[in-house]
Amino acid sequence: MEAIYLKYSYDFRNYTVASQKRRVLHALAQLGLPSISALQEKVLRDPALFGRLLQYLTIPVSEMFRDPAYFLALRQHVVPILHTYPSVKVWVAGCSTGEEVFSLAILLREEGLLSRTQIYATDINPASLEKARQGIFPIEAVRGYTANYQRAGGRSSFSDYYTAAYEAARFDPSLCADVIFADHSLATDSVFAETQLVSCRNVLIYFNRELQDRALGLFHESLCHRGFLGLGSKESIDFSSYSQRFDAHSKPERIYRKAT
Amino acid sequence: MKLTAPQTPGRRVEAVVLGASAGGIEALFTLLNGLPALWSLPVVIVLHVPENHESHLAEIFSDRLHLPVHEAADKMPLASGHVYFAPPGYHLSIERDRRFSLSCEPPVHFSRPSIDVLMASAADAYGPALAGMLLTGANEDGAEGLRRIQQAGGITAVQDPNEAQISVMPQAAIALHSPDHVLPLRELRALLLQLESTHAH
Repeated sequence: MEAIYLKYSYDFRNYTVASQKRRVLHALAQLGLPSISALQEKVLRDPALFGRLLQYLTIPVSEMFRDPAYFLALRQHVVPILHTYPSVKVWVAGCSTGEEVFSLAILLREEGLLSRTQIYATDINPASLEKARQGIFPIEAVRGYTANYQRAGGRSSFSDYYTAAYEAARFDPSLCADVIFADHSLATDSVFAETQLVSCRNVLIYFNRELQDRALGLFHESLCHRGFLGLGSKESIDFSSYSQRFDAHSKPERIYRKAT
Repeated sequence: MKLTAPQTPGRRVEAVVLGASAGGIEALFTLLNGLPALWSLPVVIVLHVPENHESHLAEIFSDRLHLPVHEAADKMPLASGHVYFAPPGYHLSIERDRRFSLSCEPPVHFSRPSIDVLMASAADAYGPALAGMLLTGANEDGAEGLRRIQQAGGITAVQDPNEAQISVMPQAAIALHSPDHVLPLRELRALLLQLESTHAH
């Protein structure tokens, strides 16, 4: 990881060890390499192989409206406050292949906010960002997302938002007209905008406490006075040094508010 | 079949990991019910439960056991004498600093949380100071995890398949490695108490 950082500037040094070990072993099997030292040697010589390794080191596992209660809480408790701002900036940190971005864009459109909202969707994995930009998801998965959407308080028919063709569903590109997809690392980069809402779900669990603190520091710095932070349903700030710097807003849904 | 824990001098168990699937709630009650209130080992449990449902395991067991029972949270430190359940929909690992971490990696043996994932990470974190037990269940999750515990020098125990409500899971573990103990629940419980007596209070 040290070598990858020096050569490619991707910093995995403060990721949790247990899941990183599983991913490296999985990568060895998939790439047909006998040992970690063989992998290290090849990766440092071959940037294309590093690109493939990156797909295994990051976890592109997501779904639309994952944990519907989170999106319902955003709709009911956060959106009314976002409405009080003349314009809104939302940061989806670690957006992976875009499922969360499209979910938020749909929600914001239904709540009449999308047209004055700028969404920043960031990730370290360029292949995931490219998929996110395209907004094309497997039709099988989309059928499952429909139930999530309804439980999240969806106001329309989910099929209004995509066109199905062959085995894929292409989401309405106008949803992402004001989304900026950008390469950003919570491990090495800094804050780039003042935001009213940061949504970063199931990303911090892959970080050790030091890196969690760094990421939470970025979110704190980015958020405006009393801005909102949304985490994954089993994530919390309780074991970080930021536990006093956010108030729990909707505790079971893991929505926090920047403390004064 | 051995009935006593290995009494290697200086060997001390510092944590117990348990895996169970179908029939597991009942088996866990039998195994854990009435453990002494001064119980000092952390016990970490993966019981297969459906994803996308809130789990009430921590509350259910909290009512029945005289021990503090929690749903394990990301980066929570393992405390002595506490019992932890993996949350549904997430893999649970133990890091080397003896804190939990969660992950959304794909299911292993169709299960998330996976027993293999917990046990392999715990074997890395605790080495020989770990005991793993695998109970009733209908799939093969946990077999590889127990083998990893044994390879790291820890103690492995499997519920006697003849007694298990569903024997597939214990059988799979026995097929993959030679567990230190293959015992009915009543005796697994005696083993648990014995392991604790080697653990300094």
